[in-house]
Amino acid sequence: MCLAVPGKVIEIKDTVGIVDFNGVKREVRLDLVDVKIGDYVIVHTGFAIEKMDEKDALESLDIWKELLKAEEDY
Amino acid sequence: MDLYKNRSASDVLTKKISEISKSLGEVKLCHVCGTHEHVITHYGIRALLPENIQVISGPGCPVCVTTQGEIEAAVKIAEKGAIVTTYGDMIRVPSKHSLSDAKASGLDIRLVYSINDSINLALSNSDKKIVHFAIGFETTSPTTAVAVLNSPDNFYVISAHRIIPPAMDLLLSSGKINIAGFIDPGHVSTIIGTKPYEPISNKFKIPQVICGFEPNDILMGIYLLLKQIKEKRAEVENEYVRGVRKEGNPKAQKLMEKVFEPFDIRWRGFPSIPGSGLSLRKEFSNKDAYKEFNIEIEDIPEEKECSCPEVLRAEKIPRECPLFGNICTPQNPKGPCMVSREGACYISFKYEKSFR
Ligand code: SF4
Repeated sequence: MCLAVPGKVIEIKDTVGIVDFNGVKREVRLDLVDVKIGDYVIVHTGFAIEKMDEKDALESLDIWKELLKAEEDY
Repeated sequence: MDLYKNRSASDVLTKKISEISKSLGEVKLCHVCGTHEHVITHYGIRALLPENIQVISGPGCPVCVTTQGEIEAAVKIAEKGAIVTTYGDMIRVPSKHSLSDAKASGLDIRLVYSINDSINLALSNSDKKIVHFAIGFETTSPTTAVAVLNSPDNFYVISAHRIIPPAMDLLLSSGKINIAGFIDPGHVSTIIGTKPYEPISNKFKIPQVICGFEPNDILMGIYLLLKQIKEKRAEVENEYVRGVRKEGNPKAQKLMEKVFEPFDIRWRGFPSIPGSGLSLRKEFSNKDAYKEFNIEIEDIPEEKECSCPEVLRAEKIPRECPLFGNICTPQNPKGPCMVSREGACYISFKYEKSFR
């Protein structure tokens, strides 16, 4: 039931958005998140359950990279 | 995002896991998420682990933990003339009167991808009662809350939602299995954040790591758990920072809180788990299918031959069930764990061919 890959919001009409998952577009309800066009979201059973700021996503990637780097050095 | 799948990162992590494991005895880790079981089995992660490290699947499949009593209730509601909608695999779960038998006998039971599809069905069939059989953990229950608050009068819900932390508590309290650490579910945590797991770490002195859904997320999670075990720490760590905030999703939590209240409910394989079910609050009894159709959940004993209860309690792996792969297959499933794509038996049958 869980899609691991986030999709990009490309259209919003009230509580419904169109989300692009690498070219596959799907209608997604946005009631559970505050998003704008261009945001990335995690989607579960047709609902966006979390917004991923690009900044957040990159930051978390950095944290992960650092973790891995630290583990390599250790 | 490549980093989470990348081979050389996997190699580093596998090496680290093997090094740290040398200083540890037998370690059994448990996850409680069907999607984690899928990632672990699909990528053959168990084969990468040293012999003394075991990862076992717990009650993480929402279809599997739903009881026969709830399935029978859904069938009875369809018999009373409602259109019953539910998510894919639920229909095929064998039961005294399974939903697929009920459908074959002419009752109106339909598959939906999202509860939103059921709302649309209610909007276009205003002369009919539409009942959504709502299963799932904290990831799914907020979507049901949205539906309860934003749906036409002819739309009702059978709430079979359950929450995960009380089941984790029960697994440890039972004392039957010796779990040394929990891989916490990624998208349940997206909603609830890190806090609800803390009492479990405190009470049982057990480490937990919230993990994402790529193979390296799992390897990193396992490594972080082993590191905690070695350092005798019992904390809740978050490996899946890109999908889980510490506070979770407050908007979703508020909606859940508004619509549902916890109650004690049985899970398949478990006795009644205190506070683990979510029923509709009184204010929303006009949306409650049990009330509208005057149906109660019956207590139906589980099939004796199927080992799903033990599999769900992390006491057995699928291959330890005598029916696995011969009498019970995805084409002819004897229990929900072989029906659901999130069920441990189905996943093992599909990906671990060499063991069949
Ligand atoms: S293999 Fe089939 S019968 Fe055995 S536990 Fe799994 S679902 Fe039940």
